Amino acid sequence: MDFTLNDEQLMFAETARSLFADSSTPDHWRRMMEAGEAIDPARWASIVETGLTLVLLPENAGGIGLAESDFALIAQEAGYVVLPEPLVESAGVAAPTLAALAPDHPLLADPAATIAIAHPANPYVANADSAAAILLHQEGEAFLATPDQVTLTAQPSIDPFRRLFTVEWSPQNATALGKADWDLAFDRASLFNAAFGLGLAQRAVDLAVDYAKERQQFGKPIGSYQAVKHHLASAQVTIEFAKPVVAAAAAEIGTRDVQARARVSHAKIVALEAADKAARASIQVHGAMGYSWEVDVHLFLKRALALTQSWGTPAYHRARIATRIFTQPMGPDQTFAREADNA
Amino acid sequence: MDLTYTPEQQAFRAEVRAWLEAHVPSAPLEHFDATREGFEAHRQWEKTLKSGDWGMVTWPREYGGRGLDLIQWLIFEEEYYRAGAPGRVNQNGIFLLGPTLIEFGTHEQKQRFLPKMASGEEIWAQAWSEPQAGSDLAGVRATATRDGDDYILNGHKIWSSRAVFADWAFGLFREPGSERHKGMSLIFFPLDAPGVTVNAIKKINGHVGFAEIFLENVRVPAFNRLGDEGQGWHICMATAGFERGLMLRSPARYQVAAKKLAALWQAHKETADPALEADVVRAHMNADAYALNIYQTASRLMAGAKIGPEASTNKIFWSELDIHLTQTALSILGPQAELTHEAPDASPVDWIDDYIFALAGPIYAGSNEIQRNIIAERMLGLPR
Repeated sequence: MDFTLNDEQLMFAETARSLFADSSTPDHWRRMMEAGEAIDPARWASIVETGLTLVLLPENAGGIGLAESDFALIAQEAGYVVLPEPLVESAGVAAPTLAALAPDHPLLADPAATIAIAHPANPYVANADSAAAILLHQEGEAFLATPDQVTLTAQPSIDPFRRLFTVEWSPQNATALGKADWDLAFDRASLFNAAFGLGLAQRAVDLAVDYAKERQQFGKPIGSYQAVKHHLASAQVTIEFAKPVVAAAAAEIGTRDVQARARVSHAKIVALEAADKAARASIQVHGAMGYSWEVDVHLFLKRALALTQSWGTPAYHRARIATRIFTQPMGPDQTFAREADNA
Repeated sequence: MDLTYTPEQQAFRAEVRAWLEAHVPSAPLEHFDATREGFEAHRQWEKTLKSGDWGMVTWPREYGGRGLDLIQWLIFEEEYYRAGAPGRVNQNGIFLLGPTLIEFGTHEQKQRFLPKMASGEEIWAQAWSEPQAGSDLAGVRATATRDGDDYILNGHKIWSSRAVFADWAFGLFREPGSERHKGMSLIFFPLDAPGVTVNAIKKINGHVGFAEIFLENVRVPAFNRLGDEGQGWHICMATAGFERGLMLRSPARYQVAAKKLAALWQAHKETADPALEADVVRAHMNADAYALNIYQTASRLMAGAKIGPEASTNKIFWSELDIHLTQTALSILGPQAELTHEAPDASPVDWIDDYIFALAGPIYAGSNEIQRNIIAERMLGLPR
């Protein structure tokens, strides 16, 4: 039993953090919003160059072959800068799914190519227009098509960096790949979006802390008032108790049993609740400024909202936890229990 | 990261489980705060635990402990709660004073106090608060006046848990004339010493879990001071860290409660509000999250880290989850919720008593308002 991160994991996270801190600043977000863009080619190039798109891809598909625990740390750092590019869905979900079906697929040889995924859990496909290809689902079978082989209908999102589409397609215009592991794709997406949510949450708190130290009212910084402190402390408590759940879900996802699925669902629920709570606390602490387009907090609120309802609603994930509770032994000796132990 | 137990840890769990199954009393003991008999029955249980060498499992062997690491401690606690073993009457000694003594005490002090704490021979009460000093402990007014090799203690302590029946107490005293955090010392005194008067205060559940203590020229040797003279505030903060953080509330307590709640829901779900299932699931999630957080902290501490202000996040989380969990049980019970355990229709689990106890959580060990201030100032860096 050792519930700590190793040096290599911490190093990866640090690399991602400094890359994102340099390349994804409020200035960048503003420029992209004005231009109506959801991808910054320069930033995406630097992400690709650093190898972040290869972390979860298996070695036989040209990747680095690390585990979900490693990619989750990167997703968390991406959340901290509300990363517009589809790193999580492409490199964390779609590319490994494709690699499991066709490790030699030429798309995987190009680490800069993004892959969108039309998972049955989601009615809307994110970033389908800019993807090199879209992974499509029909009765458990996977198909691959390029955006020009399908009909995309834009479904504008409240989040300026989410480009959503409904996709109409026909198997005649797509390449059949065989039966894909849609459940694993779903769990990975849920997990990495939870990790992304932790990053969103912490940034929302940090933005509010910075503001509360500067902003003066009644002759004092507003952060010295207990009422303001308590909003942010409560949000931080929620974050602190989502973190180990996400870490455990990342470590256990590979066991693919009822406990692991419940853990992923638990992570998805609490991390995005933390993001929502932190974003709302942050807006409150920023006052009327917080309700303005000019202050960045709304970007964090909107992404939290989007991720809460995609890849399984909270009700869906709660039901998976209920299954774990009502079909498996519970109690203090069952924290790390496995279905196989109870068979 | 490896979230599996080693074969040694699994063998240890089996050993604890077997011992507890053979020794845990079949009928529940009367509560230690209810009567003197209940208190003494718990003292006897502490002695039984000690006979199996399970008294203070994390302490060094030379002071009556078993020298276990924190993961083993968690496993022990899991098995302890799983077995439904009695509450620890000496929890002030085990979880608060013990770790503090081990960190700050001299070898002679450890030899004098720890083994008797571990065996249940001497049961400890805490005497932090005063009528004018609750969460703001720097407002303590009780004094310790040096007189040769002794101190003369004077003052009025209150909200002292266990003090009605316990043998010893530890409290903060200040040098006469000193102010706020300066000049304070942590001093032990026997509760039967001349000049000590203990008056019981009933809690809202009717138990005499609190006392007020009057000290009039109580003479104790300077040997009873923990740490240097005037270092009391520093030591006290370390103790509060133990209290809020790892040791006071082991996760197993809430995991057992969540399990009982799930069983209660299964038994009542035909008649109870279907929306309550979400609260049952939430209670499990909270208990599980708390356990994971503590396992993560234990792993970090074993790798050499120190516990910091995150202890305050723990205290808020467990106290709030406890209220939510017990409140959910009352909602499931409906009209049965208000019945005490004497009622013919009472639930086999005394949920109302658990709920009433849970209400104290956000108050003791430093109120949750104070914990939020600590988080805001020391974790987030907001101005005082």
